[in-house]
This record gives sequence, C-alpha cells and structure tokens, in this order.
Amino acid sequence: MKTLNKTNVITAVVLLIGGLSPNLASANSARDTIISGFSSVAELPVSAERGKALFESSPAAGKPDTPSCTTCHGASPMTSGMTRAGKPIEPMAVSVTAERFTDLKKVQKWFRRNCKSVLGRECTAQEKGDFLTFMSSR
Amino acid sequence: MFCFQKLLIMTFVSFLLTTSVSIADERYNPIDDVVVSKECGTCHMAFQPQMLPERSWEEIMLRLSDHFGEDASLDSVTANRIKLYLTSNAADSSWWGGKFMRGLKDHMSPLRITETPHWIREHNEEVPSWAWNDPSVKSKASCIACHPRANRGDYDDD
Ligand code: HEC
Ligand code: HEC
Ligand code: HEC
Repeated sequence: MKTLNKTNVITAVVLLIGGLSPNLASANSARDTIISGFSSVAELPVSAERGKALFESSPAAGKPDTPSCTTCHGASPMTSGMTRAGKPIEPMAVSVTAERFTDLKKVQKWFRRNCKSVLGRECTAQEKGDFLTFMSSR
Repeated sequence: MFCFQKLLIMTFVSFLLTTSVSIADERYNPIDDVVVSKECGTCHMAFQPQMLPERSWEEIMLRLSDHFGEDASLDSVTANRIKLYLTSNAADSSWWGGKFMRGLKDHMSPLRITETPHWIREHNEEVPSWAWNDPSVKSKASCIACHPRANRGDYDDD
C-alpha cells in the first residue's frame, strides 16, 4: 500500500517536472524529497486533510501568545501572514510562494520552534508530512 | 623597514578614520554578519548590537527557547557564533562607550532595547503618544515603521 502510494507520488512528480521550468522543477523535487522523508517514517499515508486541520486548529497548549499556526501565518495559506513583531511572512501555499519547504534544515528549524510555541511539543513526522502535503496542494 | 613604517602609518590613519567616523556619525553600524542578519532578522529587523550591553546579549542568547513568548531556539554552533558577534559589538564593547550605556546602572541588564534609559528618553521626548497607536506601528520594536533606514543603522530624523 505504502510503496504504491510512493510510486504514485513519484510518477506524478516526474510528470509535473516535464511541464515546468528547471527552477521550479528542482524546487519541487527538493520539496518532494523532504515530504517523502517524513512520510517514510509516518504511521499513516500523509494527508492534506489532516494538514489543514493542524494548520487551522487552536490547541493553545503551547505559549499563550501563539494559540495557533494561523496566529502568524494568517487564516489562509494563500495570503501573507505577520510576525508578532510586525514583519510580513510570505504566504505558505506552494502555488503562491514557489520556494517554500525546499531546504530541510530550514523546515526542521521552524517546525521545532513553531510546534513548541503552538503545541508545547515537537511535531511528529506524521504531522509534518501532513502539513507539507496540505501546503503543497494549495 | 620602509614597509613597516608605511604599515604603521596606515594602521594609525585607518584607526583615526574609523574612530572619528563612529563618533561624528550618529549611525549605528549595519550588521555585517550574514548569519546574524538571517537568524535574528526573520521575525523582526535584526537589531544592531550597539544598542544593548554585552550582559544583555548574553542573557538573550541563553533564553532563546523562551524569547518574548516564542521559541526562537538555534543549534548551539549557530547560537555561539551569533553570541560572539553580538557581545563583541555590544554597547559597552568600545572604549568611548555607546550612547545606549547612558543611564544604565551596573545591575541593569535589560532584555529589550525599548527598555533602556537612552531609548526611553529619546522616544518619550520626541514621539507623540498618538504615533504609538498608528496601526502600522505594530509594536515599539517595529523600528522600521518609523525609521525606514533602521536596517542600515540610520535612525536620524528625515
Ligand atoms: C510566532 C509566529 C509563528 C507561528 C505561531 C507559527 N509560525 Fe511557522 N513560521 C514563522 C516564521 C516567522 C517563519 C519563517 C519565515 C518564512 O519562512 O517566511 C515560519 C516558517 C515556517 C516553516 C518553514 C517554511 C519554509 O519555507 O521552509 C514551517 C514548516 C512552519 N513555519 C510551520 C508552522 C506550523 C506547523 C505552525 C503551527 C503549529 C506554525 N508554523 C506557527 C512564524 C510562525
Ligand atoms: C521566532 C521569531 C524570532 C526570532 C527568530 C528572533 N526573535 Fe527577537 N523577538 C521576537 C519577538 C516576538 C519579540 C517581541 C517583539 C515585540 O514585543 O513587539 C522579539 C524581541 C526581541 C528584542 C527586544 C526588542 C525590544 O523591544 O527592544 C531583542 C533585543 C531581540 N528580539 C533579539 C533577537 C536576537 C538577537 C535574535 C537572534 C538570535 C532574535 N531576536 C530572533 C521574535 C523573534
Ligand atoms: C512610533 C515611531 C517610532 C518607533 C516605532 C521607533 N522610533 Fe526611534 N525615534 C522616533 C522618533 C520620532 C525619534 C526622534 C527623531 C529622530 O531623531 O529621528 C526617534 C529617535 C530614535 C533614536 C535617536 C536618534 C539618533 O540620532 O540617535 C534612536 C537611536 C532610535 N530612535 C532607535 C529606535 C529603535 C532601535 C527602535 C526599535 C526598537 C525605534 N527607534 C522605534 C520614532 C520611533
């Protein structure tokens, strides 16, 4: 089941790359590698649906000033967010900000910080894979 | 011999130049370390190290996982590099003493530039209270809202 899923993903990516500029193609393959890294150790196949739920939820289990991912990233992945200190954050949706989630170190650093701020703990590989799958579908 | 003298003179002249420029010009040196500008400049403008004493920067770097209500933690290699840059360019790192040391007692190590006596004095006298309620000024720490060239260390009146 899992192998099938991954083959599908890879086929889709290869097909997609064919129609895109070299830059976009390499960004997409870098992102895909990151997502498959998380999904390979996740319990369930990654799901955009669950990623959306995580993004929109308000667990308020972390620090009081940051109840939700949307506190800083804004209610919609398609539009800009803003840090608490007033600096704009580029939209999270990959269709708007093409270079999103293409640098593993950056991705891991911000998951560590932001999950601790919002959830009071680190995110699981499952949650990370879900979140990135959701943002890649937008 | 000749070379040595020339070197000596050049060193002296460049020392004079840099020193007098820092005193005469009210600019704060722009941050010239890419790691510091990147890691400390994502959530807010990267603040110039000349605005807090060494002890404050040390304290800030110790508490990054609880940084003004957020987790801003870094791996220790990066954190140490940044700490070195900030402390060696801090307000009390130069022999003439930075403006931001004015009024700062030995026991005070503010974690905010906006809580230093110098910052408070400059802004209490000159900034009308309505300016702080402008929606584009999200917080006192959004220096750029009022000082468009703050990134370059320029806080002069325009
Ligand atoms: C306190 C503000 C804040 C909150 C709350 C927040 N983020 Fe972020 N996030 C940022 C900032 C700032 C960046 C870095 C700026 C950028 O990448 O444009 C970032 C970047 C990221 C990145 C890396 C983006 C990339 O291009 O690699 C991920 C992943 C991320 N956030 C996930 C989350 C998740 C998941 C949550 C909720 C659990 C969350 N964030 C909540 C501020 C926040
Ligand atoms: C994850 C986001 C984030 C990162 C990364 C970050 N900060 Fe901050 N910082 C904040 C927030 C939020 C505040 C509080 C802003 C406010 O009160 O408006 C703040 C405030 C500050 C202040 C006090 C500003 C004042 O009020 O005078 C200093 C100094 C500071 N940060 C230094 C740093 C340094 C040094 C780094 C790099 C090691 C750093 N910050 C990285 C989020 C961040
Ligand atoms: C609401 C607007 C506002 C905000 C926000 C603001 N300032 Fe100012 N600041 C002023 C005004 C007005 C003056 C006085 C006029 C001048 O000299 O530019 C001033 C003066 C200063 C001065 C003295 C000018 C000099 O030549 O020495 C410094 C330094 C300074 N601000 C730094 C900061 C820093 C650092 C921040 C962010 C932590 C900040 N300001 C945020 C409005 C603001």
